[in-house]
Amino acid sequence: MALYSEKVMEHFRNPQNAGELADADGVGVAGNSKCGDIMKIYLKIDGGVVSDVKFETFGCGSAIASSSMATEMIKGKPLTEVLQLTNQAVAEALDGLPPHKLHCSVLAEEAVKAAVKDYCDKNNVEYPQKEK
Amino acid sequence: MIYADNAATTRMSSTAMEAMLPYMRERFGNPSSLYGEGQKAAEALWSARERIAACIGALPQEIYFTSGGSEADNQAILSAAHSGERKGKKHVISTAFEHHAVLHTLQKLEKEGFIVELLPVHENGMVYPEQVAEAVREDTCLVTIMYANNEIGSVLPVTEIGAVCREKKVPFHTDAVQAVGHLPVHVKEQNIDFLSLSAHKFHGPKGIGALYARRGMALESLIAGGAQERGKRAGTENVPAVMGMAAALEEACRDRQKKQERLIRLRTRLIEGLSQIPHSVLNGDADKRLPGNVNFCFEGIEGESLLLLLDDEGICASSGSACTSGSLAPSHVLLAIGRSHEIAHGSLRLSLDADNTEEEVEQILKIVPKAVERLRNLSPLWKEKISGKLRFIL
Repeated sequence: MALYSEKVMEHFRNPQNAGELADADGVGVAGNSKCGDIMKIYLKIDGGVVSDVKFETFGCGSAIASSSMATEMIKGKPLTEVLQLTNQAVAEALDGLPPHKLHCSVLAEEAVKAAVKDYCDKNNVEYPQKEK
Repeated sequence: MIYADNAATTRMSSTAMEAMLPYMRERFGNPSSLYGEGQKAAEALWSARERIAACIGALPQEIYFTSGGSEADNQAILSAAHSGERKGKKHVISTAFEHHAVLHTLQKLEKEGFIVELLPVHENGMVYPEQVAEAVREDTCLVTIMYANNEIGSVLPVTEIGAVCREKKVPFHTDAVQAVGHLPVHVKEQNIDFLSLSAHKFHGPKGIGALYARRGMALESLIAGGAQERGKRAGTENVPAVMGMAAALEEACRDRQKKQERLIRLRTRLIEGLSQIPHSVLNGDADKRLPGNVNFCFEGIEGESLLLLLDDEGICASSGSACTSGSLAPSHVLLAIGRSHEIAHGSLRLSLDADNTEEEVEQILKIVPKAVERLRNLSPLWKEKISGKLRFIL
């Protein structure tokens, strides 16, 4: 389908890091069922680094691909770097998204940040400020 | 490839294509030209008009060729409304699940000060004549209600609605784009004043359709220009396309009953099979539906990703999810029959035609449940429902 780039289709067909982390240190959710997209990100944090990450997504092809790509981009990264993830970076890594699908990459960024926030709240860790 | 999206468009029939070819090279004249070549085209055009009229119980002079269903809808609705306005009538009755060609034209009328009343649709996809009878007012200038719904396939009681309108002396337009060639249509017996049809829905070419307007109904032209179509539709007639449309419609009407029995068998099997998927629901009436239409909602998944998985397996289908519409809201049709936003996002429409085989239906029944399961396993929504944190809707 020409609607999406090959990269999007690759991640849609073979999503990376799909599933749940039972012993997650941080869980973040973005979106709602009314709009047709929900993303849930599970993080395992060891020494301030994302040692494992999983996602679950209810949504369209680009939502699933954006979740998959976002998890790949933050895996093994320290939290300060994870928080620098932007929706543009996710969309670019997917070789672009159609304009009306860009909100999918926004949801991916939001879900990742919500998961980090959840980890910080639960562990009394200061939420790392994004470097200016 | 398994093509199961015949409500979107159909493959052109060989009969239609062969009927078109001579009018591209040998008989390419302009029907408005005086000389023989032009007059031959004019005669062909008239014969096509007669044949199309005969298929729907109309007179040839009541047929106006248009660029398709949308244009016919626009012209019928605007003409009837403005004609009513001149008599001080500015109330229009329609339904909540019309095609956008109708709904957006009605929105235009609202901006002009018309009062548009959209009748609610029952959960089975039906709108009843009693609803129309109750809604008609002194100042109603038009009732426009579709013959069959393009998404959920429900077939409306158009004959009975036509009778109500005739009795109340209100013009009745029906968008019959999904019906013509697939269901019996007789504009006189059904008291229809305006009817829209589109050739590519019954194996004719794209970009051509017709508006039937009963003798005596005023028509306004949408395009300023020449005097083609008795001054009601400017622009040189698309003669090859009209010839293709006439041939396709004759063929469709001739084979309709034979095709219908087979199609209903395939449809029944498909509905039976897809009903086995837990937490799913058939949209539209089980019996009063287009012979080839199957429309389901599957809880916990989103329709566009389902379409992509099916496309990977060679199945062409469609969905009423927001992501396939380019907007954030899911199908207005599914919302109109009372589906929640969440459920409406997980819809799948399969529309079969005579070309589809039993093997294809069995293949679809193998692939769809697997695709639904795969997406459900990925869905946080589904998991919360399975674990009891959220309630199932279906």
